[in-house]
Amino acid sequence: MSSLKIELVNPPRTGVETVLETKALTKRFGTLTAVDQLNISVRSGEMFGLVGPNGAGKTTVIKMLTTLMASTSGEAWVAGYDVAHQASQVRRTIGYVPQSLSADGSLTGRENLLIFAKLYHIPRRDREGRIRDALSFMGLTDVADKMVREYSGGMIRRLEIAQSMLHRPRVFFLDEPTVGLDPIARRAVWEHIRRFRANYGTTILLTTHYMEEADELCNRVAIMHLGKIAAIGTPAQLKASVGDGATLDDVFVHYSGYEIELGGNYHEVSRTRHVARRLG
Amino acid sequence: MKSQGQDTWHEDSVSLTATPLGKLFAPIFNFIIDTATVAELEARKLHHDPTELLTRAVQPALWLLIFGEVLSQIRAIPTGKISYMDFMTPGILAQSVLFIAIFSGIAVIWERDLGILHKMLASPAPRAALISGKALSAGERGLSQAAIVYLLALCLAVDIKWSLPAIVGVVFVVILGSALFSTFSLIVSCLVRTRERFMGVGQLLTMPFFFASNAIYPISIMPRWLQAISRVNPLTYEVDALRGLMVIGGVSVYGIPVDVGVLLASTAVLVIIASRLYPRVVV
Repeated sequence: MSSLKIELVNPPRTGVETVLETKALTKRFGTLTAVDQLNISVRSGEMFGLVGPNGAGKTTVIKMLTTLMASTSGEAWVAGYDVAHQASQVRRTIGYVPQSLSADGSLTGRENLLIFAKLYHIPRRDREGRIRDALSFMGLTDVADKMVREYSGGMIRRLEIAQSMLHRPRVFFLDEPTVGLDPIARRAVWEHIRRFRANYGTTILLTTHYMEEADELCNRVAIMHLGKIAAIGTPAQLKASVGDGATLDDVFVHYSGYEIELGGNYHEVSRTRHVARRLG
Repeated sequence: MKSQGQDTWHEDSVSLTATPLGKLFAPIFNFIIDTATVAELEARKLHHDPTELLTRAVQPALWLLIFGEVLSQIRAIPTGKISYMDFMTPGILAQSVLFIAIFSGIAVIWERDLGILHKMLASPAPRAALISGKALSAGERGLSQAAIVYLLALCLAVDIKWSLPAIVGVVFVVILGSALFSTFSLIVSCLVRTRERFMGVGQLLTMPFFFASNAIYPISIMPRWLQAISRVNPLTYEVDALRGLMVIGGVSVYGIPVDVGVLLASTAVLVIIASRLYPRVVV
C-alpha cells in the first residue's frame, strides 16, 4: 500500500453544511423499540461513528438511512433528500457497504466493479478509468482479475468499498467495516478508509462495536444503547467525561451498561460468525 | 487519480435526459439498461461456472429416454396425428425449463443472507429492473435446456421443425416461460425466507405444475376438476405454444397468440408482485 501515490485533490471541508440529519427517528418491531427518537446531525466531510453493543440499533439506523427499511416515525435527510419520500434521489447520492459479504464471490473483482459502474449509470467513456482508479486506490490492481472467492477477508472489504465509491457518493455508509478481520487486515482497511476520506472529503457514517476503531477513525462518536444515544462527542470529549486516563472502552462500559449482557441473540451471533467465516 | 474538482466528484447522477424526448423515454431506457445489467451479472456468474447446466441435462434425458420410450410402446395416450414422442418432447422441454426456473429464487435467499441484496436494493436501479434482470437471466438457463432437448430429440428421431421462424419462436417461448417461473420462484423465496423452507415448498409446487398440465398427456383425458386446474396453469400455455412451434404436425390448441398473451400477462403480474415483496426480504 505504501506504493500508492495519491495526490490530495479534494481536501476535506469539515463543518460547512449538514449532510445527514435525523429528527426523532424511530423504528419499532412489534413491542421492541429498536431505534428510539434518534436525533443526529452529521456535517459535510465528517467521519461519524455509531458505536454500541450488539442489538443497540446501529444497523437498523443504517438500513433506514439507506432506504432499505421504512421508519415507524420521525424523519431523516441525507444530502438534502428526505429518506422517506425521495428514496431514489437518496440512493443515487449514497454509497453503502453492508455488514455482511456483499461482493460476489463467483465473479472477478473487476467484474464486481463493472456491474456496479453500470448499475449507477457511469458513462461508458468514464467506466474503465473509474474502475482502474478504484482498484489502485484500494490496492487491488494486482488481483483485479482473480475470482473474489480467492480473496482474503481484507481484500473483499476493500473491494466492497471500491464498488460503492465508483459513483462518487456524497455520503458513505459503512456497517461494521472490519467485523471478522484479523488485526493486520483491519489496520489496512482503516488506512484505506482514512485515505478515502482525506482524498475526497466524503462524509462517512460508520457503525462498529470496536471502540479502538471509533477512536482511530472518527471525528465524532455517538454511543448507542437500547436504541438511544447514550453519549455523543469527539473521542477526546467522551473520554474526558468519564474520567482521567479513561479509554474509549471505559466510556463504552460506562454508557452502555456492559455487565448486563444485552443483545447478541442466537440469530445475531450466527450471523456475525457466518460473516466472520466468510470474510476470514 | 485524475484531477477533479469537488463538484465533479460529487455528481448525483448521470444525465441521459438532455433532450425533451430523452426526458420522456429516459425511465424506460434506464429500466432496460438496468435489467440488462442485472442479467449480465447473472450471465457472467453462469459462464464462470457452467457445471450446473450440464448436470441439468440428466433429467430431460431420463424422461425422454425412459418414460417416453416406454409410453410410446403402449400407445395408451391419444396424441392426434403425431407420435407420443413428438407429442411429449415439447412437454419435456417445458418441464425442464420449469424445474430449472422454479429453484432459481433460492439464490435470492443466499444473497440476502450475505449482503449482496442489500447493496443492490440501496442502488438506484428500480426494483422491477432487478427482478426482470433475474427473470431474463433465467431465460439463459432455460435456453441451455432447450439446446439439450433439441439434441436428445435429434438422437430419438423426433420430427422437429428446423425452420428459422420455428426455432426463434421456441427461443422466445422458452425465455418467457423461464422468466415467468423464475419470478414465481422469487416470490416464493420472498415469502418463505429460509433455504430449508424453500426446498420443501419448491418440491411441493413443481409436481402439481407439471402433472396438472398438458406436458405429457392431453388435457382432454383428465377428469374435469383437473382440467379446470390445467387451464389456469401457465405451464399449459407454454407447452401448447411449444407444441405448435417445435414439432412437425404439432397443434397449438389455444393458438400461439393466446399462449404468448397468457404468458406475457402472467409474467407482468408476477414481476409487479415480486417488486413489492422484494425490498421486504432485507428487513
